[in-house]
Amino acid sequence: MAKGPYSDKVMDHFMNPRNMGEIEDANGVGEVGNPACGDVMKLFFKIDDNGVIQDVKFKTFGCGAAIASSSMATELLKGKTVEEVLELTNNAIVEALDGLPPAKIHCSVMAEEAIEAALKDYYKRIGKDPSIVDEMKAKIKNRVKS
Amino acid sequence: MIYLDNVAGTKPDPRVVEKMLPFLTEKYGNPSAHFYPLGRESFQAINEARENVANLINAEPDEIIFTSCGTESNNLAIKGVANSFKYEGKKHIVISEIEHFSIQNVTAKLSNQGYKTTKLKVDNNGKINLEDLKKAINDDTLIVSIMHANPEIGVIQNIQEIGEVCKEKGVLFHVDAIASTGHIDVDVKKFNCDLLSLSAQNFYGPRGVAALYIKKGVHISPLFDGGYQENGFRSGSENVPGIVGLGEAAKIAKLEMVQYSKNMKYLRDKLINALKGMFSFLHITGDEKDRLPGHVSFWIEYIEGESILLWYALKGICAASGSACSSNILAEDEEDLAASHVLTAIGVPNDICAGSITFSMSKYTTESEIDEVIKVTPEIVNRLCEMSPYYKK
Repeated sequence: MAKGPYSDKVMDHFMNPRNMGEIEDANGVGEVGNPACGDVMKLFFKIDDNGVIQDVKFKTFGCGAAIASSSMATELLKGKTVEEVLELTNNAIVEALDGLPPAKIHCSVMAEEAIEAALKDYYKRIGKDPSIVDEMKAKIKNRVKS
Repeated sequence: MIYLDNVAGTKPDPRVVEKMLPFLTEKYGNPSAHFYPLGRESFQAINEARENVANLINAEPDEIIFTSCGTESNNLAIKGVANSFKYEGKKHIVISEIEHFSIQNVTAKLSNQGYKTTKLKVDNNGKINLEDLKKAINDDTLIVSIMHANPEIGVIQNIQEIGEVCKEKGVLFHVDAIASTGHIDVDVKKFNCDLLSLSAQNFYGPRGVAALYIKKGVHISPLFDGGYQENGFRSGSENVPGIVGLGEAAKIAKLEMVQYSKNMKYLRDKLINALKGMFSFLHITGDEKDRLPGHVSFWIEYIEGESILLWYALKGICAASGSACSSNILAEDEEDLAASHVLTAIGVPNDICAGSITFSMSKYTTESEIDEVIKVTPEIVNRLCEMSPYYKK
């Protein structure tokens, strides 16, 4: 059959999304939207006392790439610490999906932003300044650069 | 496979293909070569096709010009009169908000030459208001160009009344009848039109061939400068096999259209009624009465069109969507994704035009195929709703 615009991995995650749904007792929830196409991604984290992501779920309104990016992100996040989670870039999601069409890269960016938003919500809930997420993210970026 | 994307192009009728084949093999003469039988045979074949096309739309054969596609016909019509010496001085064009890109972008480009364009608004069903049209036409108006039927939302305009207004006001009238020809009655005399575009691929003819009706006495300047083919209105060696195919498609449509359109209407109404009964958040787009036979279009709240489209494809159903996400998958940049201008014009929430779907049937569509669509749709919609952060049970 002729190849479609999406990789087999993307189609697999689109058809069989991992960790789809909500976590009722989530302690970190992040929702981001993309004004270009109207997509919305919502991530739910259950983070334990050691800062490890015990459970993660997603809900997404969007195209095939948006759903696959959300699904793949949740797979990459489970069991990671908060710091490890912040190291996950959109490029890693794209790579794990065996690529996305150029016009759909923003779907993976949305996933990275949803992770940040969920972590900020987590820090707020445990009484910490959510801007710590931005600081940590900046530190990681600097480290990657140097 | 259940093919319900016929506005993107129909399956060629086998009789059309059969008629074309000799012109792809042994009958390869150039119709401009009149002095040997091989050439004359091709010349005769394209003129026979011209008669059949004229016959389908109630025109005279010498009023038909063959082109390469609907886009070319639309370009030739608008740029043709804009650049004609005959209409010099008139610098205003009237179109509607739901015209095809090959009209919208032509008028946009003509603004470089000082042309102004009025885009008529449409109501929520996609219909043009005649009073708006009357108000829009002024002394400077050169031409009005309106689509007979819209491929995305299926709405059919009151083209006869629009034609009467144009005649009364003494302005040229072009009809884009690409989606309607071969499906419903297209009659250039009834329409009072000066120019009319039609395309073979939309009614069981081949790709790569279309026609423009140019009423006797109307003058256009050609797009291509070259030889004297098509009376000089369209230079370049003729696509003989394609033209023969278009002619055969027109002949078949003339004879069989009433019958197959009746069947398509029945299937259309069955699908529309089933869809309306399924979900309170599913909305039919376009006019329900003045609508192309076999055309079903709708949008669903909470879920996105490309996802719906992908799921239908996985179930073997070919459809189309006007959502931003599905608009231009081969684009290099997300900036090039845009929701359909037709859907925003009829008031579908314009930031997304998200869950829009168009099913367009053909004369080959069967009732069991439509039953299959009715069967799988709830499954697909429920699945995506479950995933949607917007959807609340």
